[in-house]
Amino acid sequence: MSAEPFIRMENVRKVYGQGGRNEYVAVSDVTLDIGEGELLSIVGPSGCGKSTILMILAGLTSHEGGTVSVGNSASPFDPKRDIGMVFQQSLLLKWRTVLDNVLLPAEILGLPMREARDRARDLLSLVGLAGQETKYPKQLSGGQQQRVSIARALIHDPKLILMDEPFGALDALTREKMNLELLRIWEASGKTILFVTHGISEAVLLGSKIAVMTAGPARLAQRIDVELPYPRTLDMKTHEQFGAYTRQVYELLGM
Amino acid sequence: MSSDTRAAHSAATRYLLAIGVHLLAIALWQLAADGGSLPAYILPSPLEMLQTLGEGRNDWLANTAVTATEIVGGFLLAAVVGVSLALVFSWSRLASAMLLPLLVSLNMVPKVALGPIIIVWMSYGVTTNMLIAFAISFFPIVITTARGLSEIEPEMLYLVKTVNASRWQIFTKIQFPGSLPYIFSGMKVAAVLAVAGAIVGEFIGSDRGLGYLMIQVQINLDTATMFMAVTIITLIGVAIYGAVAALEWLLVNRGGNA
Repeated sequence: MSAEPFIRMENVRKVYGQGGRNEYVAVSDVTLDIGEGELLSIVGPSGCGKSTILMILAGLTSHEGGTVSVGNSASPFDPKRDIGMVFQQSLLLKWRTVLDNVLLPAEILGLPMREARDRARDLLSLVGLAGQETKYPKQLSGGQQQRVSIARALIHDPKLILMDEPFGALDALTREKMNLELLRIWEASGKTILFVTHGISEAVLLGSKIAVMTAGPARLAQRIDVELPYPRTLDMKTHEQFGAYTRQVYELLGM
Repeated sequence: MSSDTRAAHSAATRYLLAIGVHLLAIALWQLAADGGSLPAYILPSPLEMLQTLGEGRNDWLANTAVTATEIVGGFLLAAVVGVSLALVFSWSRLASAMLLPLLVSLNMVPKVALGPIIIVWMSYGVTTNMLIAFAISFFPIVITTARGLSEIEPEMLYLVKTVNASRWQIFTKIQFPGSLPYIFSGMKVAAVLAVAGAIVGEFIGSDRGLGYLMIQVQINLDTATMFMAVTIITLIGVAIYGAVAALEWLLVNRGGNA
């Protein structure tokens, strides 16, 4: 890991309808450094601007103030091919097989398809879906569909994975299982991951760092270093240290 | 029994049942007509209808060919123009904002009522009836296709934009395949409407076709021939509908896109 941060956000501000009657500050003055290979959980209530931060980093929306830079001298960043995204909905194309869904970003980028296909198979086995390549999305469970969308986010080997409440639509048990899977995938791939969630214990379980955000005005309350060892397990949730982090987040959120 | 064979079993039972009920209805019709309570010029029996096929003066083949040409031609024109127009709407917000309200207003016009006017413009003939069939059937294709093309989740758009997808890639890989089920449902509605359009055209002015034949034999109260003509017209509609459904199965349902 390079000492130079991979992502640098300084005094970033996002305003919708600036100057108008319906002016709305979605993000107010966020300053945040993220190292390469971190898994940063971004936690906070609805309307705290956590999804907006992902959109800004993905280049999908502008920001009205401050500076954002991604990449450093050791690891340059190409915004056109170094981002993988996962949303709450799996967004799989129902007319494509699992394998062809994973290949979509590779096709769009015009990558060599033979290698991409091999890589897609490897990624599907990484996410625990070996042998399901020729199935169609509707033949999979919600958790399996979300695994496919994770494999799709990794197919073009991006440096940064942005996840917007990826497990928010799953039932509680599947969600915990997917948390462990994500930890395993993160450790195997070494990607930098930003993981937006409402779930406080999910944020603590996953994150090497946590950014706690508060609403009204939407801002970054604090960044916490989570010093729980990896590989993390579900029974860490019963550890005193885990409880201490959870309490800290609750307090920052004023709960 | 596995669930697959059980499903196949129940599907087969349903088909057999459907065919059986159709045959039963025809048999009851035959019996009712044979019973003789109604004169043959009111309700001819199915067998009497079939016998009219042997009457050379009805010129079935030529009349069927004319009507089928009008229906298929009008339908294909509606499919091409309808899908193209929907594509224009999805590519240009201005075109959509300007033309869609006009189109909706035009759709309120009963197309059948335009028949006599179209005949004044173009004189009567196969092309005229094709145009009437087109006018009546293209609107549902435009609307369903336009809706299908606009059904793309904003998050999906974000996802492909992060890998710098071009508009063309978004169209060919996501929008168009996603809109196929909509296009087909519009085409199924259009298939039925195109039949009605062509026949109305033949009723109000023509010198050939099954609709023309019906008007000719009506004078003689040749109801059996009229029923036979209606049957053939129906079968033309069924054939087009079936072709659309087969194409849909090939392009859509065979994959996971049902």
